[in-house]
Amino acid sequence: MTIPASWYLILAALLFGIGAFGVLTRRSALIMFMCIELMLNAVNVTFVTFARSMSDIGGQTIVFFVMVVAAAEVTVGLGIVVAVFRRRASTSVDELSELQG
Amino acid sequence: MIATAGTLHVSIHYLVILPVLILFGASLVLLIASAMWRRTVPTAVTTATTLAASLAVLVVTYFQWRCLDKSGPSSTVAHAVVLDGFSVVATAVIALSVAMAALVAHDWAVRENVRGAEYSILALASSAGAVLMTQANDLVVIFLGLEILSLGLYVLVAIDRRKGESAEAALKYFILGGFASAIFIYGAALVYGATGSTNISSVSYFLGSNVVLHPGLLYAGGALLLVGFAFKIAAVPFHMWSPDVYEGAPTPVTGFMASIVKVGAFAALIRVMISGLGTQLATWRPIFWVLIILTTVGGALLALPQRNAKRLLAYSSINHAGFILVGVWAGTVLGNAATLFYLATYAPTVVATFAIVTLMGGLGDERHSLESYRGLARRQPWLGASLAVLLLSQLGAPLTAGFYAKYSVLAAAVDSGGVALALVALLSAAIAASFYLRWTVVLYAEPDDEIDVSRVVVPRGTALVIGVGVGLTLLLGVWPGPLAALAQHATVYFTP
Repeated sequence: MTIPASWYLILAALLFGIGAFGVLTRRSALIMFMCIELMLNAVNVTFVTFARSMSDIGGQTIVFFVMVVAAAEVTVGLGIVVAVFRRRASTSVDELSELQG
Repeated sequence: MIATAGTLHVSIHYLVILPVLILFGASLVLLIASAMWRRTVPTAVTTATTLAASLAVLVVTYFQWRCLDKSGPSSTVAHAVVLDGFSVVATAVIALSVAMAALVAHDWAVRENVRGAEYSILALASSAGAVLMTQANDLVVIFLGLEILSLGLYVLVAIDRRKGESAEAALKYFILGGFASAIFIYGAALVYGATGSTNISSVSYFLGSNVVLHPGLLYAGGALLLVGFAFKIAAVPFHMWSPDVYEGAPTPVTGFMASIVKVGAFAALIRVMISGLGTQLATWRPIFWVLIILTTVGGALLALPQRNAKRLLAYSSINHAGFILVGVWAGTVLGNAATLFYLATYAPTVVATFAIVTLMGGLGDERHSLESYRGLARRQPWLGASLAVLLLSQLGAPLTAGFYAKYSVLAAAVDSGGVALALVALLSAAIAASFYLRWTVVLYAEPDDEIDVSRVVVPRGTALVIGVGVGLTLLLGVWPGPLAALAQHATVYFTP
């Protein structure tokens, strides 16, 4: 039994949607990061699916670029979270309210 | 690209990627130097390296321009990177902004006693990303450029570890920036699915010669790409991060960010919208139309109640982003040239403006209320007059560079049939004029005796930056001809 490509695309779209929804609604910076990672991985699934259905190796190599970028993002992001956490002992973005207006 | 057994031959025209190599190489050299040096690398060394790298890039752009004159635009590295007039001029603008911002940051670091090579390392790496964005001819390369640019900036925003609001701004910037990047690359994936390539010329060629089987996929992809860009250029309604980040970041970083992000992101936006999706002009224009009206009018209205200089400039930059979008909306060679002219004049103006704001911030970088500017032009006529000129240029007053910049984008829009759009943009400029003029009036107002009126020390490097910014603003204001001609000549490599 072969699973049609569209199923993978729908799965990716759902994952992306869940990630985007999470970034917009969750209040913990760490969970927001995880949601961004989920979005990037949904993109990877999309690229691989299209690459497979078009028999084009290009789309599969892009996944490596996205993975490297995701790793670099996490490194920088966690560094910033640590910097904030040192001052506040909380990663909830609700408490970040020095800048408003 | 020809692959044979075990080896991979990619022809690379090194002159094209030399600016990226220089900037990134200088960043790496400083990174290694700071690891090898027994103590922290002196700020003078790091600033000198940054200046040397950006001047080297300026020299390289001259040779690139000569190469263009001889053999015309071309693409290299498997058509992922292009050499065209547009990228060369944008690269030169970025190099100039990097050099100016480095001088401001140097004097700031000396004043605030911030040591180490971090600023220079990150600024050079970020600018390499911005240059890559101006040259990218592939959605994935644009994504990489965007990330290289942004990752450096996230850290730069938090570079002053003593300030809590800087870390807070960095976190906000990071989360929304990462969100925008993910949206952008998802857009790239959908465009890839619809057209079979992420290469911008191939996408355009495909769209020009085929009937798209899945137009929904293409439209969704294009829309997501646009949302990603809108976040980066801070177009309303994707602008929420911008005032917080502008306020929270150390002021020299704000100036740096305001200039190079705009240049890099708009260059890539033109590449995607005009080169890549130019055949779909009729589809994306109405979306741009709404975006421009929201951005110009929204930016101007939201700036009105601001009493903090940095937040005010953040909203003003949103208004400017709207104006630059007008040039993109035109979708013509004229529009591209107008956009390039606008970017080339806006970048030095905004760096010089933030240079003055840095000075006025005083030790601790905290005095940013508009009230602290009261009577500045009476105490220090040169500094006050410089700021007045820079503000008037952002307003678009005649005899300053901003006037011709605004005029040229609006003329390009009218030429493409956007009279209503031009009128709305003009209206927003009129609203924006009120806060620029209010600030200018404060500069020349009677000083308030109760407020501390200590003279602002102007270090030599920052004075040079302000001088260059004001000089360019006035020179291009009375004599825009040569740069406008250059921008006209600096065509985009691939237009369908």
